[in-house]
Amino acid sequence: MTGEAEFRVRVAETETVAEGIRRLRLVPLGRSALPLFSGGAHVVLTMQDDGRVLRNPYSLMGSPFDASSYQISVLRTADSRGGSIYVHNKLRDGSELSISAPVNLFPIDRRARRHLLIAGGIGVTPFMAMMEQLEREELPFELHYCMRSKTGGAYWSWLRDIYGRRVNTYFDDLQQKLPLRRLVENQPLGTHLYVCGPSGMIDWVLNEARDAGWPEENLHFERFSAPPAGAPFTVELAKSRCTLNVEPTQSILEAIEAAGLVAPCLCRGGACGQCESGIVSCDGTIEHNDHFLTDAEKASGGKIMICVSRLKNAGGRIVLDL
Amino acid sequence: MLSTGIISRPVYPGLAADLKARHNLFIIEGEGAAAVLDLAAKTPAGFFERSTLLYCPAGSAGKDYEKQLEGLKPKALWTFPTPATVMFRLKGVLQTATMGTRLYITGTEPFIGLALKEALEAGIDHKSLITEHRGSAKRRVQCVHCKGFTENVVTNPVTCNHCGLNLLVRDHYSRRLGAFQGVCIDAEVPGEAPAPEEIFR
Repeated sequence: MTGEAEFRVRVAETETVAEGIRRLRLVPLGRSALPLFSGGAHVVLTMQDDGRVLRNPYSLMGSPFDASSYQISVLRTADSRGGSIYVHNKLRDGSELSISAPVNLFPIDRRARRHLLIAGGIGVTPFMAMMEQLEREELPFELHYCMRSKTGGAYWSWLRDIYGRRVNTYFDDLQQKLPLRRLVENQPLGTHLYVCGPSGMIDWVLNEARDAGWPEENLHFERFSAPPAGAPFTVELAKSRCTLNVEPTQSILEAIEAAGLVAPCLCRGGACGQCESGIVSCDGTIEHNDHFLTDAEKASGGKIMICVSRLKNAGGRIVLDL
Repeated sequence: MLSTGIISRPVYPGLAADLKARHNLFIIEGEGAAAVLDLAAKTPAGFFERSTLLYCPAGSAGKDYEKQLEGLKPKALWTFPTPATVMFRLKGVLQTATMGTRLYITGTEPFIGLALKEALEAGIDHKSLITEHRGSAKRRVQCVHCKGFTENVVTNPVTCNHCGLNLLVRDHYSRRLGAFQGVCIDAEVPGEAPAPEEIFR
């Protein structure tokens, strides 16, 4: 994260909480407490892997009222660019790493009369912090949590014990399906819906809610895209007067950082809009992978989100106003 | 004199049908009925079957809009003698309404402000309300000094009904209060205020 505080932390506890999901507890190094955060916030982990720097955002799942440590859960992903594999294979109790200050792009809307939380798989993590907060503030909520199986899903049993009937679980392998249509059609006016999970599930939930007449103002979602791999190309920074190669598994932002330069960014997942960059010229086709620019902005070709978007053509060249 | 360019000044883009809404709730005052009738000319069949109309004829009582609104064959049409009675019913309706209900508010600005306030209290974002200003441009004004409200203000400056100060009616608007802010215009030399002009006709 640019121009903002980074903190050194130590891994104080690791636990495999479900198939392929690892929980980490991070404690501060050289200070007594970490900044407090609000439910829905994330931090960016900086990982040094054999000379390569990886930065990935992870939602904070612990209590927002506990500044002594942060907790995150990481799913090992098959198409991982290395971040989740690094967390699973290389981090041990006692490992040290850097994290950004917490940022919340997925906050609770306090004007709501009721909060409907819908999670898919590892997408449950921001809701765990949110529920702590909602519970303390005595705000009405319910969680609907979809998982592949009882062994593949994390924390569901624990959450059911704490929150009782406000936690509803659905397991794919038991053919249990989220009754989404019924759910979105029967919420009291003033309900806000929050969804976090796989991209396809987020689209499904948002579209069903829109079809049931929900206004955009009541719909909240968070999706972090890992920067997709692609063809190598060249990026020229007009203001910095330098030309860089973007490798197949690198994002433009990562290429800039690898060259020792600093570019504005925040979420590193195409969601927040911080890294929006002007395009001076472009020899190639842009693959927009963000969720921030409008379709019209993407079509006009004037802007690119450098954390996730890239050129399609190998050997293409893009000149940015950076 | 209005100090233009104040961004809290509400804009009312006009009624447009939300065809995905499963229920439409119209809150209508006076000439706002004409806006609903105009909208009806553009909506597909079946739209008003999903619509409930809360109507206060107010200054347009003589114009027989009620019969025309009835002609749209809405799910329900309730007519009320005053804005206050509309708001009382609205509060009750909002309490039991479900998501998928879209609110439309049309009439004078003080009326829109009152209905909007009820909607906000029900947890509805003001950006999801569909509004159209029809009829008088009169304003509801809060005196920033004594906090009293003066209704049906058509002149600027205006005398506060409560404390008697001469108030410049600004474009500075409070959604929470549903009122424009009035600020003393002759604080330096009491009595030395421009003559009131009827500008909110």
